[in-house]
Amino acid sequence: MITITVIDRENVPHALETPIDMGLNLMELCKSYDLPVLGTCGGMALCASCHVYVHSAHTLHPPTDDELNMLDSAFFVQENSRLGCQIKINNPDLDGLEVELAPE
Amino acid sequence: MQNTIETDILIIGAGPVGLFTVFEAGLLKMRCHLMDALPQPGGQLTEIYPKKPIYDIPGYPSVLAGDLVQNLMKQIEPFGPGFTMGERAESLEKQADGKFLVTGSRGTKHLAATVFIAGGLGSFEPRKPPIANIEQYEDHGVEYFVRDPEMYRGKKIVIAGGGDSALDWTIFLAALTQELTLVHRRTEFRGALDSVEKVMELAEKGKIKLVTNAQVIGLQGDTTLEGVSIQHDTEGMIHVAADHFIPLFGLTPKLGPIADWGVTIQNGAVEVNTLDYSTNVPGIYAIGDINTYPGKLKLILCGFHEATLACQSAFKYIYPDKKLSFKYTTVTGIEGLPAPVV
Repeated sequence: MITITVIDRENVPHALETPIDMGLNLMELCKSYDLPVLGTCGGMALCASCHVYVHSAHTLHPPTDDELNMLDSAFFVQENSRLGCQIKINNPDLDGLEVELAPE
Repeated sequence: MQNTIETDILIIGAGPVGLFTVFEAGLLKMRCHLMDALPQPGGQLTEIYPKKPIYDIPGYPSVLAGDLVQNLMKQIEPFGPGFTMGERAESLEKQADGKFLVTGSRGTKHLAATVFIAGGLGSFEPRKPPIANIEQYEDHGVEYFVRDPEMYRGKKIVIAGGGDSALDWTIFLAALTQELTLVHRRTEFRGALDSVEKVMELAEKGKIKLVTNAQVIGLQGDTTLEGVSIQHDTEGMIHVAADHFIPLFGLTPKLGPIADWGVTIQNGAVEVNTLDYSTNVPGIYAIGDINTYPGKLKLILCGFHEATLACQSAFKYIYPDKKLSFKYTTVTGIEGLPAPVV
């Protein structure tokens, strides 16, 4: 199990414990803890409702064309923007990852 | 003056579950009419992921989403459903005789004995950029899609967006407009390669103004739009005179007016009874992704099941004195519905 911190839209940090062998992605993790992430498209990088800002220095798999395409039509996009559904939680090195939910 | 469309079941949402409802209703000889905010049937499948394979439709190891919709359209053809496309269902009013009058966003009226809400994730609406006063200029200079290109002839327009839609409309409208500015947040465009090339060419030739690494952040004008403010990442703000601003940032689903129809909503979904997927309002059902109940799974195949049971219940609601005899299609075949009497 590792811990990922997700800061919600009211600036409240939530330390979420998660297994790394369940094929979960960050969007699914947030939903399982009832955080206000819609995940409208089910995780296909087609809706940007799981848009997060990555605060910690962890190395993540670079975004695919699909993800970049989607971030293109999103708003409030910053240098550290990623789609939560494209971040797979499958690596112990992700322990301590800290992200913030982007505005809706 | 438009005529009111009358039907047994008005299906709100022409996605896969709404479409399949026509089949199950047709077996019970009930007539259906579908309404959808999108211009074509298929819901999310056609709009968002037509080329993606779906692996969990029973009987299909793999089927492209768009193909599934085509198959469903073929399957329901014998039952001759009516379609009101490109209109969002706005109001729902129960009439004195118990029927429901549903009016669409373009004024089309429907009178139905029962209503099946198969709205999926909600009606697809344009993604609006977070500009403070944008709603004030809607229909007064701000348009989210191009309905009639002629209205831009000789005008000064600003288009925002980085995908195919923004590129295609830039190419098309460059010839018509007096001035066209294309604004995009990044330097790279995510559209078809030759569309990107054409746009670059237009910019080089001075036919359009291309502003990248920038976003429209403000709108000005008395009652109608007169100008926009564009904030560049590093070079400050510029003001451009504009009669029209067309933000093209794709579509996003919203629950919309369904929330005001008197059906119980929980977390953006319509609560239903699992006996027949009826809502708290007799005669109104909710099927597919739009509903919620303990154990709900948002799968197309679950929606198909819910549609089937809801149709059985709708039959008993509309024809309380008729006997419902359960028949297998292998025994009876498919008997289409005769053309409606106008």
